[in-house]
Amino acid sequence: MTTQVKRNIVIEKEKSLKSLFLRWETLLIILFIVVNIMNASISKNYLNASNLFTAISTFLVKGFIAFPMAYILVLGDIDLSVGSTVALSATLLGVSYNAGLPMGVAVVIAILCGTLCGLINGIILTRFTELAAMIVTLGTMTLYRGIAEMILGSQSTGGLQNVTWFYNLYYARIAGIPYIFIIFCILAVVFGFVLHRTTFGRYLYAIGNSRVVAHYSGIPVQTIRLICFTLVGFVCGISAIYYASWMGTVRFDIATGYELEAISMVVLGGISTAGGKGNFPGTVISIFTIGLLKYGLGLINVNSQTILMIIGAILIVVVTIPNIRTQKNVMKAMKPTAKSC
Amino acid sequence: MQTQMKSLFKKLRSSRELSLFLVLAILCIAVQLRNNTFLTSKTINDMLKNYSTTITLSLGMMSVLLIGGIDISVASSLAFSGMCASLMMRDGVYSSTLVMFLVSVGIGLLCGMVVGLVITKGKVLPIIATLGLTNIFRGATYIVSGSRWVSAYQFQSAFKQFAQTNTLSFGLVNNLVFITIVCYAVFFVIMKWTRFGRRIYAVGSNPEAASVSGINISAIKFAVYSIAGAFAGLTGAMYTALYASAQSDMGMGMEMDVIAACVIGGVSLNGGQGSVVGVLLGALTMAVIGKALPLIGVSQFWQTAIKGLIILTAIIINVLTQRMMRKNALKEREI
Amino acid sequence: MSEYILELCNIKKIFPGVKALDGVNFQLKAGEIHALMGENGAGKSTFIKVITGVHHAEDGTMFLDGKKVEFKTPLDAQRAGIAAIYQHVTSYPHLSVAENIFMGHESVKGGMIQWKEMHKRADALLSRLNAEFSSAALMSSLSVAQQQMVEIAKALSMDARIIIMDEPTAALTRGESEELYRISEKLRDEGKSIIFISHRLEDMYRLATRVTVFRDSNYIGTYQVAEITPPELIKAMVGREIKELFPKPDVEIGEEVLRVEHLSRAGYFRDVSFSVRAGEIVGFTGLVGAGRTEVMQTLFGIERYDSGKIFFEGEEIHIRKPQDAMRRGIGLLTEDRQECGLILDWGIGANITLPELRKYAKRHVTNEKVENVAAKQLAESVDVKAVTIFDKASSLSGGNQQKVVVAKALGSDLKLLIMDEPTKGVDVGAKAAIYEIMGELAKQGLAIIMISSEMPEILGMSDRVYVMCDGRVTGELGRGVASQEVILELAMAKHSHHAAHAQGE
Repeated sequence: MTTQVKRNIVIEKEKSLKSLFLRWETLLIILFIVVNIMNASISKNYLNASNLFTAISTFLVKGFIAFPMAYILVLGDIDLSVGSTVALSATLLGVSYNAGLPMGVAVVIAILCGTLCGLINGIILTRFTELAAMIVTLGTMTLYRGIAEMILGSQSTGGLQNVTWFYNLYYARIAGIPYIFIIFCILAVVFGFVLHRTTFGRYLYAIGNSRVVAHYSGIPVQTIRLICFTLVGFVCGISAIYYASWMGTVRFDIATGYELEAISMVVLGGISTAGGKGNFPGTVISIFTIGLLKYGLGLINVNSQTILMIIGAILIVVVTIPNIRTQKNVMKAMKPTAKSC
Repeated sequence: MQTQMKSLFKKLRSSRELSLFLVLAILCIAVQLRNNTFLTSKTINDMLKNYSTTITLSLGMMSVLLIGGIDISVASSLAFSGMCASLMMRDGVYSSTLVMFLVSVGIGLLCGMVVGLVITKGKVLPIIATLGLTNIFRGATYIVSGSRWVSAYQFQSAFKQFAQTNTLSFGLVNNLVFITIVCYAVFFVIMKWTRFGRRIYAVGSNPEAASVSGINISAIKFAVYSIAGAFAGLTGAMYTALYASAQSDMGMGMEMDVIAACVIGGVSLNGGQGSVVGVLLGALTMAVIGKALPLIGVSQFWQTAIKGLIILTAIIINVLTQRMMRKNALKEREI
Repeated sequence: MSEYILELCNIKKIFPGVKALDGVNFQLKAGEIHALMGENGAGKSTFIKVITGVHHAEDGTMFLDGKKVEFKTPLDAQRAGIAAIYQHVTSYPHLSVAENIFMGHESVKGGMIQWKEMHKRADALLSRLNAEFSSAALMSSLSVAQQQMVEIAKALSMDARIIIMDEPTAALTRGESEELYRISEKLRDEGKSIIFISHRLEDMYRLATRVTVFRDSNYIGTYQVAEITPPELIKAMVGREIKELFPKPDVEIGEEVLRVEHLSRAGYFRDVSFSVRAGEIVGFTGLVGAGRTEVMQTLFGIERYDSGKIFFEGEEIHIRKPQDAMRRGIGLLTEDRQECGLILDWGIGANITLPELRKYAKRHVTNEKVENVAAKQLAESVDVKAVTIFDKASSLSGGNQQKVVVAKALGSDLKLLIMDEPTKGVDVGAKAAIYEIMGELAKQGLAIIMISSEMPEILGMSDRVYVMCDGRVTGELGRGVASQEVILELAMAKHSHHAAHAQGE
């Protein structure tokens, strides 16, 4: 049975103003503005550019991690070992420097350590595809921090800010803008571009939707996963360097809660934990939203445990809302299969 | 003779509990050889007493893993319920040890119910839900305690003595160990002989089939997380009794210990598989390792790393075993 | 006292925006086996779900034993004696057979499960069905046919009087189907009433006394099986006459594209050899479990093989992953398009362009405009019925989805296309369209391997047919020589040491 008339399939997408308003990013921007208004009302000096940059720099240290974490979540995986990777990398940095190695070498060691940690995650997950990312990264989370503990014990390793250029990594500014902010923006653009405009990014979404379909479509699923987990580790190494530059001293128990914060930033940004969905700009906005929220809370002397508590609550609320909405949508969209043509 | 040996090996390989028991036995013997104070009555009693918390909590984690979920907030629920119960005792709300335990279990139960609600009604992935909640409970612990301890002198003397006496079992075993034994016995019966227990396995094995059978999956999930919370509460009381003090950071990291115990014990992370006996053996293995390491000269700072390594090794071994079994099943297929 | 044990009148079921059942009727006599037939999407599954209490009808009434009933939950239907056995076995792989049978209604005394008694009762049920396994066996160790037997035992354990079977023979071998027929007849003789849904006319003719046909959510009619001929039945199901279903054009056969020699993989297939030439459609048939899909998955790099050689266009190749195969020009359409072929949440266009994304990108940067144009061309070339290329794949019918998968494969420069059950779950109208596409592709010089379990398809479309049984190739037949009987014989020929070669003109 053939149709005599050649069908003409449309390739223009409809746009609507309504969909623009209801987009997740719009809500995020509103949230961001609210946070800023709140902070400004708490502290008179808040809207001072220099102070603002100081505040922002503190959370940018861990904000980097949200970038590759976004990729991981789009893939449908998760990485809980980021905090531990940062701790271990920073530990090695401090110990190497204090053992007499030049700071440059110590920095390289930190990056290599982070990359190796990510690589190990990736290798285990891609060799043993039966294992879920959750349990593997729970295990490496424990292992990496354990190694840091083995190295440092209850000691701290410091004096890192004695090296001027190292100190400047975090603290130096150009025309009032911190270098870390510039690097952050560059990385944001790169990560966002790769995710939304390259074949690699499209593959991430495909894998997140269905690993099987991606595999049958010729996409190198395991290679891509390996790359992404290694990338996470690499960025953790960078984060560790900035941490060390910021604090000057490292202990084995630093960077706790980083996994919670990174995942929260990504999820708040609109990327679903189920994989295959979400948007990068949202992640960037939520990094600033959460970061400034933390800063504001700090201004009114809320202690760090409570702040983590609040972020935990935000994470849960943010993840629950779409689920309540999709339940309603599922009800509406239920239709029998094979029925439309 | 050869075939007898072969079938014995086959039986060993197929019975996870048996192989676990052997590994545990070998481990104990190896440690004993290095340090012959290990297999003494005092050491073993000490070990069981000190690890009664981990061993008991493993049961709570087991039920969660059986339905294919996870709960990394149990350590924080432990701290929160233990701390609340301790604060109340400090402030004279009650003085009985029994009441303290009940209050702690109750608060833990409430925590577990919150977890259950978020997961069943909020439809949040368990790992994400408990990631958020572990921070919430831990933060709450710091808040209620004002970041201060409840120290020994602030407790009732009867409570302080509780962990050191054998009253509950009429002099046989330490109180805390007794509680652990009772928990395991009860749990064993529930899992094997009650409909509720079997339904937990059913939901873990195939949730779709379970709902078609008329089983209320949400209810089972909610119940399981609540149970985990109750166990966390019980363990919180036990922990406080053991150390005769309550600190806001107590139990930190214990969730990894109990996950390790379950994984070693053969509980599948996908649900539907796992036995109480296996979990007991896994928990005992964790206890032995924890006790034995310092005895053979391993620094305490190495414990966390070793724990992580154990978890990774255990899950990889599980996978390799599964692969081998599947390969063997294929070989037997005649084509 | 009604003569019918179950009667449904004027059942209407609406899902938002879609009428799934539009006033259908149905009557089931006590002790009869009644077939329910119709194309995909005709409403059969929805109807069964209404009977078993999974769905609630918006309108209409249901009578059980002449009394009006309404089932609020599946449990109500079970208690009333109605049991359903679905296509996808819903069982607990980690639990024993006895537990699977009694889950939800275990033997309990004082809160404690009585294991011994349960096992005894389970074994009794199993022996009624002549099962060769005990109730202590682990569910995951059973074959699909055995698992289905457990499902039947489950129905019996609940004293079901009405048993509904949804495509029961879909995954069974001939021998197992025979066993199922025997069990069904035995149950009928015991007074049970059976409704079964099947696409196989042979099932119907063998078992049923009456058949009801649904089409497009409507009730068409109920007929005596003894009085209705296959063409009449098909006409009732399809609403039109299908004449020339298989337009396999005569095509000039070209050079050899693929030659496989002695391919083996432990546990799946052994010593498989065959060849395919350009312009040929080579059919691969056999019973379920014969190993056809596994062989093709090896050709596409999804699985590895242990030994043997693969020659593509004359040179030996080694395929380790799908990319290797695709680079050579080998494409694969999987059996389960929803699992393996399409991302249902994505639009048609995104699905189509996925495998060759780099072609539409400039140095890895994607270009949506180029993609959209290419997707449009490909989709139109196979006549996908959609409005825009952004239509979600999940919104399409089975046949349409299959066309999208074909378009997706055509995006690559193919020399060989492997199609695994290309018309499974596709209604007759779309089937014909797909056959036409295949004919066109063959005309363009493509070599096609078609795995199929549907005899008419194999006989109608293949230039040559390879028959497999239990992992080996048992025969190769030319177009003129192949017939249903010969094929069936080869499909069941266990361990035949010399493959039967019979070439037609």
